[in-house]
Amino acid sequence: MSQPDNKTEEARSKGVLTADTIYRALLLGCASLIIVIVLAMLVVIGQGSLLSIREFGFHFLIGSVWDPVKGEFGALPFIYGTVVSSVIAVLIATPLSIGVAVFLVEQAPRSLARPIGFLVELLAAIPSVVYGLWAIFVLAPLLRVYVQPPLQAALGWTPFFKGTATGIGMFTGGLILAIMITPIITAVVRDILEAVPVTQREAALALGATKWETTKIVLANASSGIAGAVILGLGRAIGETMAVTMIIGNRPQISVSLFEPGYTIASVIANEFTEATGDLYLSALVEMGLILFVVTFVVTAVAKLLILSVGRKTRRTA
Amino acid sequence: MDKRRLTNSIMTTLTALCAFTVVGILVLIIGYIAIQGVSSLSPAFLIETPKPVGEGGGIGNAIVGSLILLGLASLVGIPLGIAIGTYLSELGDGWFGTVVRFVADSMIGIPSIVFGVFVYALVVLQQGYFSTLAGALALALIMIPIVTRTTEEIVRLVPKAMREGALALGAPEWRVTWDIVLPAARAGIATGAMLAVARVLGETAPLLFTAFGSRFYNIYLDEPMASMPVQIYNYAISPFEEWHAKAWAATLVLITLILVINIIVRYTTRRGY
Repeated sequence: MSQPDNKTEEARSKGVLTADTIYRALLLGCASLIIVIVLAMLVVIGQGSLLSIREFGFHFLIGSVWDPVKGEFGALPFIYGTVVSSVIAVLIATPLSIGVAVFLVEQAPRSLARPIGFLVELLAAIPSVVYGLWAIFVLAPLLRVYVQPPLQAALGWTPFFKGTATGIGMFTGGLILAIMITPIITAVVRDILEAVPVTQREAALALGATKWETTKIVLANASSGIAGAVILGLGRAIGETMAVTMIIGNRPQISVSLFEPGYTIASVIANEFTEATGDLYLSALVEMGLILFVVTFVVTAVAKLLILSVGRKTRRTA
Repeated sequence: MDKRRLTNSIMTTLTALCAFTVVGILVLIIGYIAIQGVSSLSPAFLIETPKPVGEGGGIGNAIVGSLILLGLASLVGIPLGIAIGTYLSELGDGWFGTVVRFVADSMIGIPSIVFGVFVYALVVLQQGYFSTLAGALALALIMIPIVTRTTEEIVRLVPKAMREGALALGAPEWRVTWDIVLPAARAGIATGAMLAVARVLGETAPLLFTAFGSRFYNIYLDEPMASMPVQIYNYAISPFEEWHAKAWAATLVLITLILVINIIVRYTTRRGY
């Protein structure tokens, strides 16, 4: 035991405050604060939802009527819109992001990987409202003229591409979300691929595998981490507000066609919160926030655990 | 053998295509903003307040509002984030550190609009009015976990030998942290803080029903406050073409600020921690 340690120990047992105990207590206090904040969020948002939860109970989640005038609130169309737009986003962004990450880590020369990697990161820095503006005035008209008509001609017989193609709706919403979550998924997949030991690649190459076959092995070994990255992207897509609100059409309906307008949980909060007259209306919107809070918290937590599991595995084998 | 080579070159091309698609989208977005934005940008636009359609107007009050909101949010969010990050790096190897790290990570995943709902229920509903303070609080809450995580990562990079050296000379723990570890990681911590600032600079959703928005220059903290992203949103969803042009110009200003911060950060982090 060293001298100063004994002294601190002594001081502590006597209840004397040393500078170090204050230092530790201060940092511990700050650290505890973050837990307090999250708990406070749960309590305050939960309390705000109470009125709506008492009134509708479980029916809130399966009711499909949203009628503020009659005081009837069902979240199903919004849950549907959120799920569908997020799933479209993930379906598009996942292969794209893995492609980008593989290119950056496995294939591109350093001199190319650096600037491209930075540009992809910049995509994550663009604010949601800017994506929304761009989607309204650039993406939607482009899709309306060049993408939706051929899609309809080819796949119009399925129920997914019926109706008039206006450029506004679930399809465009999903697409803009895909662009927004691509840099997030890419960044995580990149980290994971970089964590896979070089020896694995060398072993595969030495056995005569092609570059792509080697990449496949690397990807397979990192699969749970990649799943984590995708789930992380899903969580982002679920909570994205501004861009989706500006482009998805904001009509609370459940339509199989992706060209039809939809509505998401985050969008209805953004649109109607300041206009909510009456306690029940406001409480229903706060309950929407509660759903969003709990779902994204859990989704992010699961994603983190998956990503961490890869880190641990590769470290062990390394 | 040939088939394998073929698959190999097809897949290599495809991944390159993915990368260039994504970069292409970025160029398309930034380029369009630059072209559209420049045509409506003028000194008056940067100074004036919003006016009815046909009478001009600008985003002067929104720029000032964003700066005030950011300043207040940084005042709370950055020191707190640095403190928590320091805790995680220096004292956080036990179970409690794991819990705090996990909560911070999950908090980063909470949608920004939920912070708006929280602050609305906590502050705005109690006080009965929208306010700058409420908006700043929402932004500060978003900043805390971001600064926490970047700080931890950076502070951990400070070599253990520096801590041990100072301790061996008889310095108490707090002096080691305050005089040795944090100064060594100063540049990295500043970088993380700047990234957090850039992130909340563009946040719209949490401000919609906390700071709300305003058509006037305002410095009072208990009144609604304009901000650039909210002003862009209001201009963008209006039916007037003149206002759409203003949305593009305001976006150019906002995106320039954000990109400049990101590029500075990139440039400085290249030189070690």
